[in-house]
Amino acid sequence: MTVQLVRDDLLPPSDPPPRRHLISIGDLTCEDVTRLLATAGSFERSLEREMKKLPTLRGRTVVNLFFESSTRTSSSFELAAKRLSADVMSVKSSGSSVDKGESLKDTALTLAAYDPDVIVIRHPQIGAPTLVSRVTGAHVVNAGDGKHQHPTQALLDLYTIGQNVGPVEGLHVAIVGDVLHSRVARSNIQALTLMGARVTLVGPPALIPRGIEAMGCEVSTDIAAIGSADVVYVLRMQRERMEAGENYVPSLREYTARWGVTPARLRPGQKVMHPGPMNRGVEIDPAVADSVDALIETQVRAGLVVRMAVLYDLLTHGPVEIKAEATEEVA
Amino acid sequence: MAEILHGKAGNDDLVVRSARVIDPAQGIDELLDVRVDRGVITDIGLNVSPNGHRVVEGRGLVLAPAFVDPHVHLRTPGREDEETIASGTAAAAAGGFCAILAMPNTEPVVDSAAVLGSLIETAREEAEVPVGFLAAITKGQRGEQLSEMAELADAGAAGFSDDGMPVVAPGLMRRALQYHAITGRRVAVHCEEPTLSRSGQMHEGPVSAELGLAGYPSVAESVMVGRDLALAAHEGQAIHLLHLSARESVDELRRAQAAGVRATGEATPHHLVLTDDAVRSLDPNLKMNPPLRGDDDRSALVAGVRDGTISVIATDHAPHAAHEKDVPFEEAPFGVTGLETAFAALNTHLVGPGLLTLPTLLERMSAGPARAYGLEPPRIEKGAPANLVLLDPDAAWRVGEGGFRSRSRNSWLLGETLRGKVRLTVAAGRIAYAA
Repeated sequence: MTVQLVRDDLLPPSDPPPRRHLISIGDLTCEDVTRLLATAGSFERSLEREMKKLPTLRGRTVVNLFFESSTRTSSSFELAAKRLSADVMSVKSSGSSVDKGESLKDTALTLAAYDPDVIVIRHPQIGAPTLVSRVTGAHVVNAGDGKHQHPTQALLDLYTIGQNVGPVEGLHVAIVGDVLHSRVARSNIQALTLMGARVTLVGPPALIPRGIEAMGCEVSTDIAAIGSADVVYVLRMQRERMEAGENYVPSLREYTARWGVTPARLRPGQKVMHPGPMNRGVEIDPAVADSVDALIETQVRAGLVVRMAVLYDLLTHGPVEIKAEATEEVA
Repeated sequence: MAEILHGKAGNDDLVVRSARVIDPAQGIDELLDVRVDRGVITDIGLNVSPNGHRVVEGRGLVLAPAFVDPHVHLRTPGREDEETIASGTAAAAAGGFCAILAMPNTEPVVDSAAVLGSLIETAREEAEVPVGFLAAITKGQRGEQLSEMAELADAGAAGFSDDGMPVVAPGLMRRALQYHAITGRRVAVHCEEPTLSRSGQMHEGPVSAELGLAGYPSVAESVMVGRDLALAAHEGQAIHLLHLSARESVDELRRAQAAGVRATGEATPHHLVLTDDAVRSLDPNLKMNPPLRGDDDRSALVAGVRDGTISVIATDHAPHAAHEKDVPFEEAPFGVTGLETAFAALNTHLVGPGLLTLPTLLERMSAGPARAYGLEPPRIEKGAPANLVLLDPDAAWRVGEGGFRSRSRNSWLLGETLRGKVRLTVAAGRIAYAA
């Protein structure tokens, strides 16, 4: 992982200490991704044992700071930290000082007083993890910031593809739907192109951001473009974005008719992914979601081991050696 | 100039010896001495007698007409925690400015003679350099009803602007152009079509696509530039276009000027130096309206400044409280400070690499802005009031190292090393800053 350099708002210290964060897939090199996915694979094997807990991060503290509702991400980060024996503290925005108008900076400083090793943050605003990384000494993991990035989602998607489809390099992945508002899409475009996949974005014109081809992907407004893809990655159609007057599309009905992923639009054997939560019958036909080619539950399972790998990698700076750990555990 | 600029009066004595004197408007660029007696330039030449005055050694330095910044937010009244007339004009003095114009988007808005009058009164007491106050085009800057422009002009308004907000309705903008003419003051417009800019956080382009920040496309500015130029042409009135950011806007302005429209345009140092690529850091001190745009936009602005299409460089100095900028990028308010860094930023990033000559930069920061608002341009001439800046173009410094005179520190250049220091500012005959 490269060091995330952020311009300090105070006069820059002479030499800021290097810290490792995971704020964007852009922070990672190809080697970083390969190492993380291999680590995740080691953890997956370790989880097949009866005793699932590893002592690796004993004595470390992980704070989960969630300012947006989340089931998958928050639960899997929590479980990942626990499986590695870290102390976990989960803070949700409702019922906390945030309700009383506390600023993100002050919340972060308050939690930093406990000296956490890692702060995992989800926040509706772009730049929130960057701010936390600037004001605390913790490693910061972005669990989703606004429409910007959701790097652990992209890593678990790469892991899922690697385990269920084959090597990512050379695969063709079509990402379908509301790319404009999707942090999942942004992280996945970066991750997939970094690892050598061909990526095609498919959706209504106003929901494909202008200039996104510069990220190294292709763009089409024609759903037929998914035909040649090995993997069809369906994005959630966010109903709240489709309010009257927005006019990204004339109606959800027309969206579904034109861009919904249905059995008729897929070839047998094409794998289907979705980051959840799904709007069945909107962006994805229920028959597709439940088909044998859907990897949606597999993605959720991959989330646990990939997040274990991310925490492990940030705190130990090296490839995992499960065998040694396992010995220690037995001893 | 006297009736619309207000500040402390001065009648200082001074001799600057052996400086490179540059006054582009008068075609002066040579090593000379300049003497100021009781606030007025009395002698320019070689071996000028010091007359017992304080002598400032100017060898290796540049003496030029001091700068004029027609686009400053003094945050007074209402947000004196962010800036006051005293602190903002002290920052201006430190930046080499001998006059500034303050925007009326305060709390309350400067849309009545009463608010304006109290500002002028304070400025006479506190202002380190003369300051003029623009009044709102529309009451409360709400874009519904014209402000009482005639009364405001009589009370000393320096011009009219709803800066921060566009005048959305074309019919109202037309009325403003018609009516303001009776005052003889300028009208200055913030060009933004709100249904196109929407809740845009940065320039719409490849970088916003990648970051996920809502895009504020160039066309949101340029369609309004086109509309306002068309209205100015139709009414035969002068118009000043604030803080242009897009290539298309520069093209529109150039076409209109060629067709005889009396239009002036301004660009800010940050738009002339940075592009949207800088926003990747998600530093809230890179968030401003209009946003930083692409490299072709930046090049077009620089070309516009060079060929004179853009005759005004203005800082759009917009102070914000630290706690308001110390938030995620998306939550942060628009605006950055600029008074104390404008010359150094442009000297470093435009003059240094040869994109602009020093005399052209000096002209666009002084005579250009003065003319755009119908003010007397500062000049180095016998008998003229002393409005002088002494510059060390080669001195390097780190932004923020000595703190700021502004009450706010939301500079887009924090921690950067720049070349070009202001050594002395004389404003309206008074030594306002000396380093």
